[in-house]
Formats: sequence, structure tokens, C-alpha cells
Amino acid sequence: MSSSATLATAARVILQLRRDPRTVALVIVVPLVLIALLKGVFEGQPQSFNRIGGPLVGIFPLISMFLVTSITMLRERTSGTLERLMTLPLAKLDLLAGYGLAFAIVATIQGVVVAGVSFLLLDLQIAGSEIAMVGLAVLNALLGMALGLLASAFARTEFQAVQFMPAFILPQFLLCGLIVPTDQMAGVLEALSWILPMTWAYDALERVTVDGSLGSRGAIDVVVVLGATLGALALAALTLRRRTP
Amino acid sequence: MSSEQARGERDRPPPAAIAVDSLRVVRGGNEVLPGLSFSIPRGSITGLLGPSGSGKTTLIRAIAGVQIVASGSVSVLDEQAGDAGLRSRVGYVTQAPSVYSDLTAAENLRYFGRIVGAGSARIDEVIETVGLEDQRDQIVSTLSGGQRARVSLATSLLGEPEILLLDEPTVGLDPVLRAALWKTFEALAAAGTTLLISSHVMEEASHCQELILLREGGIIFSGSPAALREDTGRDDLEEAFLGLIEREAATA
Repeated sequence: MSSSATLATAARVILQLRRDPRTVALVIVVPLVLIALLKGVFEGQPQSFNRIGGPLVGIFPLISMFLVTSITMLRERTSGTLERLMTLPLAKLDLLAGYGLAFAIVATIQGVVVAGVSFLLLDLQIAGSEIAMVGLAVLNALLGMALGLLASAFARTEFQAVQFMPAFILPQFLLCGLIVPTDQMAGVLEALSWILPMTWAYDALERVTVDGSLGSRGAIDVVVVLGATLGALALAALTLRRRTP
Repeated sequence: MSSEQARGERDRPPPAAIAVDSLRVVRGGNEVLPGLSFSIPRGSITGLLGPSGSGKTTLIRAIAGVQIVASGSVSVLDEQAGDAGLRSRVGYVTQAPSVYSDLTAAENLRYFGRIVGAGSARIDEVIETVGLEDQRDQIVSTLSGGQRARVSLATSLLGEPEILLLDEPTVGLDPVLRAALWKTFEALAAAGTTLLISSHVMEEASHCQELILLREGGIIFSGSPAALREDTGRDDLEEAFLGLIEREAATA
């Protein structure tokens, strides 16, 4: 691995994103609009707004980074640039780490803006630290990025890649505990939910939102999310082939 | 070293840049290359010619080490094609330009340059080589097809590879530009680079020292353009190629 190739790749991905300001605007504005909508929906029930809105600040980055990364990587595959990179002295991990670094930066900006507006302007209130929420948001964005890199290997077209969002992400969103707490689900679903990484991500967010701190259980959540990220990255590296049929 | 050994080394032909032995490739259930063998000397321009679908791209992919092969061997600079050590020594340009269309020509070159270890002086050099000085800061998606192809070519020149594999590099280019590129290829070969260039335009064969004519995955001729003319008794290379195909069909 070489840090220079990683940095070069991260700089290139950021440059490509800067050429596409509409996508960047969507990544940042859409979560803001959704949180503002939620505020309106729960007009008069600030308790519910806080309970749902708090974790959502940390879940949105996971979803948007999944989408952006899976499409960016798919473009890399279909444009022939991935094949070219695979013929060059570039380690697969350098490429993936470059992506990770670039999207971590984007996710940090997204997390700070979304959290800033939610806490300061929309009067979202959580028991724990706002900074911890931003930290978890970035962590979840990295998980979304890793899952997106992996998912892109199974899509042949951008149309398919977009369809992976509901396929990979929506089931996790339904089962993560945000809509119904996992311990109130049917036994099979509860067991299933703890196989899915978003459930662990949500658990950590909920602890900061409601309990005020991660605690030891929340720390385990963070470790699981990190592990799932690294696992997905390792699997994604396996899907990068230097030789193809 | 004894004098006998010295003579032995002198008599041995110079090591081949590329040696292909009984190469068999199956793609999508079709046997594209049924078993090819040939070798390419160092520092030469070899033209890989044949109609579309004859297996040119598959063969180049196998030499670049990106093609899964069924059997046989491909050795490049005395290493197995695709070996990690070859990644900085072999340049491969696909038929479709493989560069980032949302970056400028110079930004593409800067990124790939950082991977192969080429600095800004080298980037200026390759931009000049492919004649893109005026387009260097233009976004690739706004360039013409020929200009895009040249950005892709420039990218592969960055690391000064010893072997250049070019898949139809002149397709869609105007005659002036095509002539300029062939001059570039000849200069690279004169400097010691080995070039394997595919084309379906026989007229380009005259620029090559060696020719490999492919048809349906098989070699129907290999040798110099002069030998091809002599073999077929036709001066025009296009006609010579057609003559070869007719002869093949007659004997089949």
C-alpha cells in the first residue's frame, strides 16, 4: 500500500464530486429538507421529533453515501478506468482507502451541516452530546460507503445500482429499531435485525439520543459498525479483479 | 566465461518482448482464440490486423494480463503476463478511451501520473507528444472522440513503459492526426519501446515492421509487409490481405 496513491485517489474523487455540485447539494440539502419535514409532521409532539430526528441525523449519511459510492464505483467499472487502474501499480486497498478518505470528508461536511441545522435551527434536542452524534454520523457514512462499494460489484448498470438502495438499505431501515423497537418484533425478525449492521448503528445513535451517552453497550455497537465497515471493504476488495472473463 | 559460452550467447536470438504459446481463450462460451503461438521482438512495431471479431482485442487483453485464459502461456519481458512486476513496464490502451470524462485532460494525467510516478515535466511531455497542448485544461467529456482517445493514449505513455499495447488507437482519427500518431509510434520504437498495435485498416500495416494477420482467432500470416506483398503477389496491402483470405477459403 502507498499513502501517495491513496491520497491521489481521494483527491481525484473529491475533484470529480466538485465537478458535480448538484449531487453535492442533494447530498447535503435532502437530509435537511427531510428533517425539516419531520419537524412539521411532529408539530406539537417535540418528544417524538427528538426521538426519531436524533437518530436520523446519523442514519441519513449512511444512506446517501451508499448511493453516491455505489454509483461512482459503478461508473469506474463501466468507463474502463477501473480496468486501467488494475493494470497499473496500484494496490486495491489504495483505491478503496482513497474512496474511503474522500467520502469520509464529504460525510463530515454533511454530518456537520445536517447536525448543525437540526440542533441549532430546528430545535432538535437530544440527551447526549451533539458532537458525538456527528462522530457517529461520519462512522455510519463510512459504513454506507463500504456497503456501496460492495454493492456496486453486483450491478451492471446505474439503473440496477439505484435499485440496490431499496434492496440493501430499506430492509435495514425497517428492522433497525427506529420504527418499532427490535425487542417488540417477532423473534425471527429480532434475530435477523441484529445480523444487519444498521441495527447496531441505530442502537448507538439511540443511546446518545435517549440515554445521553454510549455506555459500554454503545461502545460495542461502535466496534460492530467499524467491523462491518472493514468486512464490507475486504469483500469489496475481493470483487476488484485484475483479470476478467 | 569461456569463449564457447560467449559465442553461445551471441548466437542466441535476442529475447522476445512477448512470447505467446498455445494460447486458448474462451469468452461467453465461444472459443475466441483456439491456440495461438507467436513471438514479438523487442523494439519493434508489430501490427495486429484482421477483421472485426477476429480476436484482436482478446489477444491484446491476454498480453496485458487482464483476460482470463483457458490454457496456454503468455510471457511478457520474461515474466508471466499480468505479473505485478509488469504493471509499471507495460502500457495498455483500450479501444474505448478509459479516462475520467468529468476531469480535464491535465487532471487525468496528474492522477495517473501520481500512480505511476510521473511528475509535471513528464505530463507536459506526453501532452505535447499527443498534440493536446490547447486542450489540456478542457473537461474530457467536451473533447472530440479523437481527442479523448489521445488523452487515453497520453495516460499510458506517462510511465514510459517498455511495451505498449494499443487497441485500435487510430480509429476515428483524421488522416493528418493518424500520420502524426504513427510518427510518434515510430519514434517510440526507435527509442526501444516495443509496440503491438491493432487495427482493422490494412493501410496502416505499411507502418509496421512485423504483421500478424488474424482471422477467426487464427494467424493466417505473420511476417513483414514486404513478405506479405511477395507472398501474395499484390502490392496493395488491402488486396494482399483479401487475397490471403481467398486462398484460405479455396484450400479449406
